[in-house]
Amino acid sequence: MDLKATPYFLISPYFILFAIFGLFPLVFTLWVSLQDYGLAGGDASFTGLENYTKLLADSDFWNAVINTVGIFILATVPQLVLALLLANALNKRLRGRLFFRLGVLVPLVTSVVAVAIVFTQLYGRDFGLFNWLLGFVGVDQHIDWQSAKWSSWTAIATMVDWRWTGYNAIIYLAGMQTIPRDLYEAASIDGASPRRQFWQITLPMIRPTIIFTVFVSTIGGLTLFAEPVMFASNRMDGGATGQFQTIAMYIVEQGFRNFDYGYAAAAAWLLFVLILIGVGINYMFVRRIGGSK
Amino acid sequence: MTAITQVRPGSRRKGRNKRDPFRATPLTKIALGFTVLLSIFPIYWMIIIASRTNSEAVDVPPPLLPGGNLGENIQRVLSTEDAHFITGLVNSLIVTSTVTVSVVLISTFAGFAFARLHFRGRNLLLGSILITMMVPLQQMGIVPLYQLMVTLGWTGTLKAVILPYLLNGFGVFMMTQYTDQAVPEELVEAARVDGASTMRIWWNVILPAVRPGMAVLALQTFMLNWNEFMWPLIVLTPDNPTVQVSISFLTAAHTTDYVLIFTGTALSVLPLIVVFVAFGRQIVGGLMEGAVKA
Repeated sequence: MDLKATPYFLISPYFILFAIFGLFPLVFTLWVSLQDYGLAGGDASFTGLENYTKLLADSDFWNAVINTVGIFILATVPQLVLALLLANALNKRLRGRLFFRLGVLVPLVTSVVAVAIVFTQLYGRDFGLFNWLLGFVGVDQHIDWQSAKWSSWTAIATMVDWRWTGYNAIIYLAGMQTIPRDLYEAASIDGASPRRQFWQITLPMIRPTIIFTVFVSTIGGLTLFAEPVMFASNRMDGGATGQFQTIAMYIVEQGFRNFDYGYAAAAAWLLFVLILIGVGINYMFVRRIGGSK
Repeated sequence: MTAITQVRPGSRRKGRNKRDPFRATPLTKIALGFTVLLSIFPIYWMIIIASRTNSEAVDVPPPLLPGGNLGENIQRVLSTEDAHFITGLVNSLIVTSTVTVSVVLISTFAGFAFARLHFRGRNLLLGSILITMMVPLQQMGIVPLYQLMVTLGWTGTLKAVILPYLLNGFGVFMMTQYTDQAVPEELVEAARVDGASTMRIWWNVILPAVRPGMAVLALQTFMLNWNEFMWPLIVLTPDNPTVQVSISFLTAAHTTDYVLIFTGTALSVLPLIVVFVAFGRQIVGGLMEGAVKA
C-alpha cells in the first residue's frame, strides 16, 4: 500500500495545481479564441475561426509581431555574443573570481520594472544621461527615443541586454568549466591561437548550453512585456503609433483594455505558434555552431 | 567580498608559460572591470536620484554622487496615497514568501518521487513536466485564467496572484536532479529494509540531504516571483497591488517626479539586494550547478 500509493501522493500537489492553473487555461484558451465576446463583455457567441482570420488581416497585430521579432533580434544576438566573450574572460585564471562573477550578476537581481524605469529615465529626451553623453560625440539634437522604431527598439533592447547578459555568461561559464583543460594545453602545444581554440574547442563543446540559452531567450524575448510597457509610461499602446507595442502588450490591450477576450485568446495562440517557429529556426541555426563534427 | 584580496596559493605562476591559454591578459581584466562597472551603474544611478531633489536630478552635468535627501524622499513615497506603496510592499512579501515555501515543498516531494521511487507512469509524467516547461503558461492561458478568477470571485485578492504560481515545473525538474545526485539509492534501500515508511524516509533521509538544493530553489523562486508583473497588473486593483504594480502606477501618475519614482523603485529592489548580498555565492553556485552542460 505504502509503496504503491505514496509516490502518487507525493506528486499529486504538483499535478492537481497544474491541472487547474496550467492545463485548464491552456486548453480553454482554444475554446475562448473561437468566441466573440461582443462589446458588453457579457455573452459570448461561437464564431469559429473568425477571430483568427480577423487577426491575420489586422495590421496592428502584424505591427506588434514585427516589433516583437525586431526587438528580439536586436536584443538577443548581441546579448549572447557578449555573454560568450564575457564567459570566456571569466574562465581565465583571475584574482577575485567570485567578485567578478557576482558583479556581472548584479543586474539579474534588480526587478525588471525597476530596470525599465531607470533606463527610461536615462533615455529621457531633455535630461537623460544618454543624450547628454551623445552630445560629446557631436549628436547635438536631443533624441526622442520613444518616437521612432529604431530608437525605441534600441532602448528596449539595451534594457534586456543589461539585465540578461551576465546571467547568460554565468551559464556559459558553467558549461566551459566542464571542458577538460588538457584539450586546451594540447592545442596550445600544437600552436593554436586562443582565438582558434575558442572557435574549435570552446564553442563546439558548450553547444548544449548555447541551445539552452537560445531556447530561454527566445521564449523570454517573444513574450517581452514589462520593459516596453514601462518605456511607454505604463501604457499598453507602445507609443503614439504603436512603434514598440509587443505581442504581449497587444494581448493585454485587446483582452483587458478592450475586453475582447476571444480576440486576445486567438492572439495568444498565434504567439505560441510564433514561439514554436522561433525555437525551431534558432535550433537549426545553433546546431550548426562549431561546424559538423 | 574577501575574495578580492585572497590569493590562491600555488595556483598562479607555477609551471605556466606565456603559451598558457588560461592566462588573463591585462585587456581581459580591464574589460571585466568595465563590465562590472556597467552592471552596477544603473543601480548606483537609482540611488543618486533617490537621494537628491528634483531640480538636482535634471542638472547638467548630471550629479554623480548621492545627496542627502533619501530619508525625506522615502517619507514622500510612503505618504503618496495613490501609490499604496506600503500595501504593495507587504503584499509582495506575503505573496512571494507563500509561493517560495510551497514551490520548494511541492518540488521536494515530487523530486523525491521521481528520483528515488518506482511507480507506473513515472517517465511519462516527468516528461510531461519537461514539455510544459517550454510553454509560457502565464501568457498563453491568461484569458481563461482571468475568467477563472472572476468566476471564483478572486480578482483583486492575493489568492489570484499566489495560486497560479504554486506550480513550477522547473522546480520539480531541479529537485529531481538534485535528489538523484545527493541521495544514494542504497541509502533509501537500507532505510526501507529497516522498516521505514516512505514518508519517514522523506523526513529522515531525503530532507537532510537535499537542503542545499532547496535553498537554491528558494532563492531563485523568491527573485522570480518578486519580479512578476504582467499577471498582477491585470488581476489586481490599484488599491491592493504588489510592489511592482505599485511602482508602475507611481510612474504613470507622477511622470516628471523622478525623485519620487526612483525612491519607490529603490525601495522595491531593496529586498532583492539584501538577498543578493547575503546569498550571492549560493546564487552563483546554484545557477552554475543547474546549467545545462556538455
